[in-house]
Amino acid sequence: MWIEWTIAMRLLREGRIQSTLILVGIGVGVAVIVFITALISGLQANMIARTLGTQAHVRVEAPEEANRIAPAASGVVQLVLEDPRAQRLRSINNWQEVQAELDDFPGVVAVSPLVSGPAFARRGEARESVAVIGMDVARYRRIVAVDEDIVAGEFRVGAGDAVIGRVLAGNLGVGVGDKVRFDTGGGREAVLNIVGIFELGVRELDERYAYLGLKQAQSLLGLPGGVTVIDLKVEEIFAADEVARRIARRMSLKAESWMQTNAELLNALSAQSLSTGMISFFVAVSVAFGIASVLSISVVQHTREIGILRAMGTTRRRVLRVFLLQGGVFGSVGSVAGSFLGYGLVSAFNAFGPGLFEVPVSPRLVFAAVALATVTGVLSAALPARRAARLDPMTAIRHV
Amino acid sequence: MVLDLVELRKSYNVGRPTETEVLHGVNLKLGREDFAALVGPSGSGKSTLLNLIGLLDTPTGGELYLLGRATSTLDDADRTALRAVAIGFVFQFHYLVEAFSALENVLMPWMVRHGRPDGETIDWARSLLDAVGLSDFADRKPAELSGGQQQRVAVARSLVTRPALLLADEPTGNLDTRTSASVFELFRHFNAALGCAVLLVTHDLHLAETCDRRIELVDGRIVSDSKPFTPSQ
Repeated sequence: MWIEWTIAMRLLREGRIQSTLILVGIGVGVAVIVFITALISGLQANMIARTLGTQAHVRVEAPEEANRIAPAASGVVQLVLEDPRAQRLRSINNWQEVQAELDDFPGVVAVSPLVSGPAFARRGEARESVAVIGMDVARYRRIVAVDEDIVAGEFRVGAGDAVIGRVLAGNLGVGVGDKVRFDTGGGREAVLNIVGIFELGVRELDERYAYLGLKQAQSLLGLPGGVTVIDLKVEEIFAADEVARRIARRMSLKAESWMQTNAELLNALSAQSLSTGMISFFVAVSVAFGIASVLSISVVQHTREIGILRAMGTTRRRVLRVFLLQGGVFGSVGSVAGSFLGYGLVSAFNAFGPGLFEVPVSPRLVFAAVALATVTGVLSAALPARRAARLDPMTAIRHV
Repeated sequence: MVLDLVELRKSYNVGRPTETEVLHGVNLKLGREDFAALVGPSGSGKSTLLNLIGLLDTPTGGELYLLGRATSTLDDADRTALRAVAIGFVFQFHYLVEAFSALENVLMPWMVRHGRPDGETIDWARSLLDAVGLSDFADRKPAELSGGQQQRVAVARSLVTRPALLLADEPTGNLDTRTSASVFELFRHFNAALGCAVLLVTHDLHLAETCDRRIELVDGRIVSDSKPFTPSQ
């Protein structure tokens, strides 16, 4: 390999201008790929973090109620006119057992049973429709870190206490320490102290959510001892779908992952990834063509020298390797330089960009870019290298 | 015996209407001490014959024995390997590799076979450069040498692997009289010193006269041989 390497490096150094130009080309290409990949994955990670910051990865609920139709006797044609059933607020059967099982379910890291239902919040003349959520603070904060978003008071629910969103508090004109009447219809109502106000950053939630203690909410919603939803956090967010499916199968419950409820977001993300992939691919292709054309020219320029090397006993294989090596060197050196450049671009973006989110550059991305570019270099050298190796020594020597 | 050609034939465009036979059964033996000139008018097949002998081309008939080995059945890799150990080339143009120094060019045939040269080989290459009078130019690139110097580097290069047969195709065709005489002297010197058979293709009849043996090729046939190979050699 020594002689191939030596010849390859000498040829590269001899064509210094060509080599430099193509290296710059490869570097810019790799920088674009590194930058755009880091940017898009940073953006996506940020969007996912924001989405999942305020919701569970998987929601487990009681199965929907459906009409049960007695099967007709055989030979009888049955025409059924059916009205879908109204879904009343229902508890998950044996939720304590379900919770215990979910606690040990593989892939699940946090479990929080909730009771949730509609209510009116009233204060004086003001009346707002809200979603009452009764939960256990210790368990719930592992699903949604409400503590981080508390803007007044504290995140504490218990007998007679409630935590509401900032917009709702504004609409009702209440602050920490004030009282609000919660009315769920059917004559069930309670007057609760507002002990904390949160701002999750999602208007809908800040306008509608009211966190109560589990017992308080159960009695308010008329579901004593019941739980309507179990929120889960999973280890691997993109495995949420799979975890939800396994839970649904195993427990005959309705389990919905964030990927189903945010299908549009996921669509957008995959479209983004696709376009990033395509940009990277086409940049890589043009880089590959650049390498191939530079090496093709080099083969033509060195035809006679290749001929004399062949006449002196250089095997075809060696000639092939000389040019493959040049392609590999182009790819690796160009991509290392390009990675630095891409890293610089990302750093500049983080420092001077809009600052909406931080873009990380993972060493894995850089490593992958260098490896990919090196392989691309070798592959794009294949054609010119083959041409060089196939040169007939006699014809090559006569080449002018 | 270094080289033995038996009824060697070469045709071009085989199987097509334009098929032409260039060599019509050439018989030739060459021994280690031979210092031979191959002469003949242009188009007589000299270069074709030289390419066949150098294993740069394959005959269409007959057999070519190089160092006692039949070569018609060898594949490209084996022919390349045999060429590397048995034959040194000097062409009309020097064809030095521009990116390497004179010394590295001399070492090239050795390096493409064996890789990084050891001290002994480097010393040998230096002594060859010394013998062609270029010991002070070892580190110069070919572009920094004159035409005669370049050709002398090429001569040194052709000998670095201690070949049994040195093939020279119009080696002095591109040089002035004085330089060509000195290159010719080099061939003489190495023929005697290394026991390396020399086969010289030339147009220069005067040069051919000074060789020990003069082989004349006309229309693809050897028409005269001033000193045919005898087994006693």
